[in-house]
Amino acid sequence: MSPVLADVLQVSALIVALALVHRPLGDYMAAVFSSGKHLRVEKWIYRAVGANPDTEMRWPAYLRGVLAFSAVSVLFLYLILRIQNGLPGSLGFAAITPDQAFNTAASFVSNTNWQSYSGESSMGHVAQTTGLAVQNFASAAVGIAVAVALVRGFARSRTGELGNFWADLVRGTVRILIPISVVAAVLLVAAGAVQNFAGIHELTTVTGQTQSISPGAVASQEAIKDLGTNGGGYFNANSSHPFENPNGFSNLLTIFLLLVIPFSLPRTFGRMVGSVRQGYAIVGAMATIWFVGVVLVTWLEFAHPGTASQLAGGAMEGKEQRFGEGASSLFAVSTTMTSTGSVNSFHDSFGGLSGGVLLLGMMLGEIAPGGVGSGLYGMLIMAVVAVFVAGLMVGRTPEYLGKKIGTREMKYAACYILVTPALVLIGTAVAMATGNGESSMTNTGAHGFSEVLYAYTSASNNNGSAFAGFGANTGFHNTALGLCMLLGRFLPMVFVLALAGSLAEQKPVPETAGTLRTEKPLFTGLLVGTIMIITGLTFFPALALGPLAEGLAA
Amino acid sequence: MTTDVAKQDAVPQKTTVTPTLAPHTDGPSGRKEPAGRVGGGLFDPEQLVKSLPDALRKLDPRVMVKSPVMFVVLVGSVVTTVLAVKNPGDWFGWAITAWLWLTTIFANLAEAVAEGRGKAQADTLRKAKTDTVARRIIGEDEERVPGTGLKIGDLVVCEAGDIIPGDGDVVEGVASVDESAITGESAPVIRESGGDRSAVTGGTKVLSDRIVIKITTKPGETFIDRMINLVEGAARQKTPNEIALNILLASLTIVFLLAVVTLKPFAIYAGADQQTSLIVLTALLVCLIPTTIGALLSAIGIAGMDRLVQRNVLAMSGRAVEAAGDVSTLLLDKTGTITLGNRQAAEFVPVRGTTEAEVADAAQLSSLADETPEGRSIVVLAKEMYGLRERHQGELAHAAWIAFTAQTRMSGVDVDGRQVRKGATGSVVAWVEEQGGTVAPDARELTDRISQAGGTPLLVAAKDDKGARVLGVVHLKDVVKEGMRERFDELRRMGIKTIMITGDNPLTAKAIAEEAGVDDFLAEATPEDKMALIKREQAGGKLVAMTGDGTNDAPALAQADVGVAMNTGTSAAKEAGNMVDLDSNPTKLIEIVEIGKQLLITRGALTTFSIANDVAKYFAIIPAMFAVAYPSLDKLNIMGLASPESAILSAVVFNALIILALVPLALKGVRYRPTSADKMLRRNLGLYGLGGLVAPFIGIKLIDLLISLIPGIG
Repeated sequence: MSPVLADVLQVSALIVALALVHRPLGDYMAAVFSSGKHLRVEKWIYRAVGANPDTEMRWPAYLRGVLAFSAVSVLFLYLILRIQNGLPGSLGFAAITPDQAFNTAASFVSNTNWQSYSGESSMGHVAQTTGLAVQNFASAAVGIAVAVALVRGFARSRTGELGNFWADLVRGTVRILIPISVVAAVLLVAAGAVQNFAGIHELTTVTGQTQSISPGAVASQEAIKDLGTNGGGYFNANSSHPFENPNGFSNLLTIFLLLVIPFSLPRTFGRMVGSVRQGYAIVGAMATIWFVGVVLVTWLEFAHPGTASQLAGGAMEGKEQRFGEGASSLFAVSTTMTSTGSVNSFHDSFGGLSGGVLLLGMMLGEIAPGGVGSGLYGMLIMAVVAVFVAGLMVGRTPEYLGKKIGTREMKYAACYILVTPALVLIGTAVAMATGNGESSMTNTGAHGFSEVLYAYTSASNNNGSAFAGFGANTGFHNTALGLCMLLGRFLPMVFVLALAGSLAEQKPVPETAGTLRTEKPLFTGLLVGTIMIITGLTFFPALALGPLAEGLAA
Repeated sequence: MTTDVAKQDAVPQKTTVTPTLAPHTDGPSGRKEPAGRVGGGLFDPEQLVKSLPDALRKLDPRVMVKSPVMFVVLVGSVVTTVLAVKNPGDWFGWAITAWLWLTTIFANLAEAVAEGRGKAQADTLRKAKTDTVARRIIGEDEERVPGTGLKIGDLVVCEAGDIIPGDGDVVEGVASVDESAITGESAPVIRESGGDRSAVTGGTKVLSDRIVIKITTKPGETFIDRMINLVEGAARQKTPNEIALNILLASLTIVFLLAVVTLKPFAIYAGADQQTSLIVLTALLVCLIPTTIGALLSAIGIAGMDRLVQRNVLAMSGRAVEAAGDVSTLLLDKTGTITLGNRQAAEFVPVRGTTEAEVADAAQLSSLADETPEGRSIVVLAKEMYGLRERHQGELAHAAWIAFTAQTRMSGVDVDGRQVRKGATGSVVAWVEEQGGTVAPDARELTDRISQAGGTPLLVAAKDDKGARVLGVVHLKDVVKEGMRERFDELRRMGIKTIMITGDNPLTAKAIAEEAGVDDFLAEATPEDKMALIKREQAGGKLVAMTGDGTNDAPALAQADVGVAMNTGTSAAKEAGNMVDLDSNPTKLIEIVEIGKQLLITRGALTTFSIANDVAKYFAIIPAMFAVAYPSLDKLNIMGLASPESAILSAVVFNALIILALVPLALKGVRYRPTSADKMLRRNLGLYGLGGLVAPFIGIKLIDLLISLIPGIG
């Protein structure tokens, strides 16, 4: 079987699986967030934290819930990391330094999972399981909750109420993330991933060096790492480590897990706003960008010029040697476009242009399909912007799903689209201007610049993947990237929830023949165009100096 | 009828003052353009030159700051000027500086031209507002006071030749008034105390008789003052949608500002410090921020109001024009909008034993004394169908004419021992029975049939030697205006529901509604019913537009999202509505909606165009800046521009010239055809989206070719 055919089959299998699963899963999630009943275990949790899951919250209350919960999470995680040498199961690792502990806490709570440490040589069992793994669930559930609140904003009228944050958070965890993770973990164990609490194995390799291998609860963490678009690997090598990702099946399963919730949430959205086709228009835009990205990167990598590359059938250095160029490209595009950041190959090793596509995938704001929850709300904000311009072109003041996009709505959407580009550009610029960028580079020239740009893009968009080679564990970068992660996660949420509140207060405008049809392919195309032009253009100069300068030189 | 009477009564005046608001392309009865097209105003390049002083005056930063995009350009112009002065030998710096200033001036020019058109109209209005002297009544006496000294509640007298000193209501007398100063219509109108024609406007002229007017507005706030303010744009405030668009534009400006500012450290690392001088970065910034729409935004808004004024409609706020584009329900008065003013005779139907010709003859004879439009139409129909010559009342000697009155609801004539009558069913049946005759059994069937078909039956009866009997029935029909069905179909495609409002009974209303093709009707409508209907539609989230003229329409006009008051209406109605139609033509409501939509489409189209332009500008400027540091980036120079300097300059020049090139489009509005949202989006996206993507590639290349021809450059 030729590598190209293998890749076509692999991508096809993935698409079929997603097409099959997104309907029942999307419908199920809609039911979860619309139901009035509580499970017994959920009632215990509500009683334990003292929350009343039946009170409706307006957007400021909802936001307070999100921020309070996340702030406590950051502090708690920071504390665990700082005192891990005193905790049981520390495997003898020292406490994490303050700047790295802040960076890691910010990283896991913001669903970024940027890792400036190497898991197997710095995190003990407690830090990995009660610290990091818990945030893998919690941060993902927060993302879903905020997305659901925005969907309710569209679905509800003449009320400012967006649901209950605590109920959404707990349900997202208990009824969605945990059950799927359990199934996925079992499948991963079946495929050969490691799951135990054994200590560190010291062994001598064939070259006579010693290697320490520290297994742990890998499969369970692996499942939620991907399902929750977190991306923080148990091991530094992430999904290219055979304990995390043992074979071709687990590789495809991992990619599937990355994509399954983000691609199913538009169905949930469609169900909740009462028109499944509206969901298809959104998922269509996500899928188009993702698919074009996969094809582009795969093609660029196979076509990579150079004698060595051509002999190997592709630019194999730094790629997943076991599964080949196609599986590396598919994984890379899926992980950058879902805000996951787990990797099975090193993005540093991609060609200039394909590396540029991966960068652009994050720069678009992680919306194709994006992180769990954050992908949907990001895409809906872009839809609001697209509707605003297109709506005018049909001769009406713009409306989306029966809600007017007026001054207030535009204000929140405009602020949202400002945040991440500002963080990426200012972050990179400050790093470059202060010399901190250059000192952390491994490469020189355009590729070196791409490393810095990639780091700040990844952090601000809560992706978490890195252009390997970038020395991120410095006081400056730990702090700056930590701030980018926190601001890039929570500032947009403020605007999303404010927008949701404003939408929920409106009375709906009935649809007529004069209304812009947002469930048609034309709108999907328009949405993709808006995203590419508005977000893409912002980063064109930066991309020109990094990936484009490098890629076009070849 | 009133205008007819007025025309007869009034002394034909030489209309010296004809400050028409605009050339009337549309007569009050219908439009000369094909149905459903909104024509644009004329654009004369000479206006650009005339508006130049105004454009320069607008460079005041306090004015510019209202448009965030153009303010950034202004700051950029100042910065490059300073840099050029510091380094006077650099031709490139001067060229960029000059074109940045031109960009700013072109933007101001667009606004000044749009405002200029209003100013010309305001000037003609001001001429009508000469200082008047009012004759104020104090008890039994009269005193002369200046018109500006009047207070609300004052009573003033106006006689033939007087200019009415202020807005008010006639409380005593009847007069014909020349309102051409406001409406541009030279035929005088009747104003009388009581009823729906009591309002008079300051600045208009009494042509005959004497009236006493109670002043209802303060001087300085009269209708004519408000008109002047409106057409001049003095009262202009940004509309909600304009503000929302401005927010989006401001946010794009900030994003691009960040992209350009942060580029500097990146460029230094790349070794392209020299190629990214402050002048180049400023040029890049101005090219990227949405200057096209930023420059034309306010001109589009002013021009939208202006297009209404050209159709003799005054919108009290830009908000109302915007709302017009969103209207989803139109309430249309049947009479005058959907049907011609009056019912007309359509056929003569004989009862058994009589012929059609007999009925026609009797109907015509009995209608000669009926001066109502219905009566006239019977005479005309008989003449057309049977060649029955219209006999005049004087021709028949000894004839006793019985004129039609609202009480008897019957007209006729007694001549040569024969009595003929024609009138409402009830009245004629009563007359026949009174005369000892019998009503033919099939007469009732006939009248019922006509009623069910939506017509109005009139009975024709005669009494002669054969006794009193019913001869037949005249079928009176409402005549639906030509082309209405097509218009309503168009409106339906645009997603607008039409509701016909009529005082007719439901049966008649239904028949006419079906014939005209409206979506729904409200029969036997009272003002309360209208109000309830509007509220019901609004509760469902719909925006409602309506026209009205009477005082009892005022609450509904105020409730409607777009309330168009007829200028002939009462001052209460004019006060309540948010638009006034000076022609008092209710059909115009449809045009108003189209103008509202056109305004929004123009805004959206130019925004799309503006944003799409950026792609080409990047391809011009990025290689120009970085091809020295990274020769590979020269591959992005797909336009093959001559040199880095000419590439950057070409982008800046294109950016400035496109503003000027689009001024006519901003003023006229984009072409608008009523069609479904889907088709409209497809068309506009193709034209302004793809067009905006491609056009600058061609434009920049052409400008670059020209620049490279200049010796010593490139």
